[in-house]
Amino acid sequence: MMRRLPWTVLAWACGLVFFFPVLWMVLTGFKREADAASNPPTWILAPTLDGYREVFDRDLTPYLLNSLMASLFSTLLVLVLATPAAYALSLRPVAKWRDALFFFISTKMLPAVAALLPIYLVVKELGMLDNVWTMVILYSAMNLPLAIWMMRSFLLEVPASVLEAAEMDGAGLLVSIRRVLLPIVSPGLAATALICFIFSWNEFFFAVNLTATRAGTAPIFLVGFISSEGLFLARLCAAATLVSLPVVLAGWLAQKQLVRGLSMGAVK
Amino acid sequence: MSSAATLEKAPVRSATKRAGPAASRRDRWSRRAPLLPALVFAIVVTQVPFLVTLYLSTLSWNALRPGSRDFVGLSNYGTVLSDGRLRAALLNTVVLTASSVVVSVLLGLGLAILLDRKFPGRGIVRTLLITPFLVMPMAAALLWKHAIYNPSYGLINGVLGGDTDWVSNYPMVAVVATLVWQWTPFMMLIILAGLQSQSLETLEAARVDGASAWQTFLHVTLPYLRPYLELSALLGSIYLVQTFDAVFTITQGGPGTATTNLPYEIYLTTFRKFEYGEAAAAGVVVVIGTIVVATFALRVISGLFRMEVQR
Repeated sequence: MMRRLPWTVLAWACGLVFFFPVLWMVLTGFKREADAASNPPTWILAPTLDGYREVFDRDLTPYLLNSLMASLFSTLLVLVLATPAAYALSLRPVAKWRDALFFFISTKMLPAVAALLPIYLVVKELGMLDNVWTMVILYSAMNLPLAIWMMRSFLLEVPASVLEAAEMDGAGLLVSIRRVLLPIVSPGLAATALICFIFSWNEFFFAVNLTATRAGTAPIFLVGFISSEGLFLARLCAAATLVSLPVVLAGWLAQKQLVRGLSMGAVK
Repeated sequence: MSSAATLEKAPVRSATKRAGPAASRRDRWSRRAPLLPALVFAIVVTQVPFLVTLYLSTLSWNALRPGSRDFVGLSNYGTVLSDGRLRAALLNTVVLTASSVVVSVLLGLGLAILLDRKFPGRGIVRTLLITPFLVMPMAAALLWKHAIYNPSYGLINGVLGGDTDWVSNYPMVAVVATLVWQWTPFMMLIILAGLQSQSLETLEAARVDGASAWQTFLHVTLPYLRPYLELSALLGSIYLVQTFDAVFTITQGGPGTATTNLPYEIYLTTFRKFEYGEAAAAGVVVVIGTIVVATFALRVISGLFRMEVQR
């Protein structure tokens, strides 16, 4: 027990150091503006909800809804596209499955900035600037490679004997997918969905260049704060806490799936 | 070392059924059908814009000068390649990516080792440690710029005293520190998974042979971790090379071009100078550079994804 003590102290210290900026953000969100901008910093708190009230007065809600829509629908579209594709690259593979797999991952390596201009021009031509559905399409393309690699790693875990048994029973393809495959890979679907949701929710580059007031997502709302004058730190921290909350909670609850998702299925 | 890895596993099943040419053709298409929607979608959304970029890069097109869209051949490439800003941006991209990846992998390794041992509250510490990665990058960038680096009311000067303007004096360090804070948990998670998959017998055997803890780490654990370290560094680079939020928020690429990386430079050319032709040419140059680096990276990936069976 005594030998373990220094280890415990060190580990806790590291954890607290890394967590401290987040804690500071949350605390500052509950301060009055004057206390938030004081030097030396205020440690004793007379918590107030003024910051949060201000954030909602400045109409955070539509931005949150845009983020929610863009993230949910793109995640849905990605799953619909990626799951059959992953099937065709694993359990019942096409001839050039390896090339296809590397094609998808190479689109992830292509810098987004190189595609920005043509995407901007096309979207403008189609009259789809500042439109949530544009973001749905782009976020789907952004997450598709990740999702395909992840779903493939889950599908490969399905024992061949299970599929053969279903085939022997004379079950049709669709039936065996629904009855046999889906129950086994549904944790995989959930993990994939989580990762896609996180990356869409946090995306800023396309959002700042292609949306404005109508389809602006949560990070765009945050940027709007920089230009505001006077004391704004408490409000900013309240808003930053609010928009980070969904992903932080989801990540906390699904830590195990997070690792696998972030490594595209390579690490279990 | 049989190669029955994930990547090698599939073809075994593909060769099961053989029939006449018509049947095999139908079989081929029924195999392809589930893949096609995703393939078409990826090509349309990610490859077609690149072809358009190629075309745009041959035009002299500034959106502020209406009507001017002349074909100028490769002259945009000449402008871009002789432009000092782009070279500075390239160098900044390399410095920014390499330093944030190296530092966060090293810190991630240290933290993973700490978390690999049982101690009271391990789950809570792990949860605390992954939180920075889950905070929205834009929120993190704003938090560091205003609540931490700010010279008059930021946390650093508030605690240490003084009135150092951290962002102006150490712009690259300020950006890298923010990125390291966000990405260390990512590296830690992957390396920790590696540590925990190491078999206890190997470690036990090393101890029985009289190896010290440090020797065991250096000669047994570290070589075992190598693929995990490579994987975390590689995936980290894919994301960090595209860093935009932190530069946009914390330094706006400045002072001067001190922290302007390629994504931010092309963004400026497109939406601040409206030099569409030049922005497109710069984009093409970046893509060609990426292809060179990615060819190498893909080779590493295909090696890494074989690691699952090698345990």
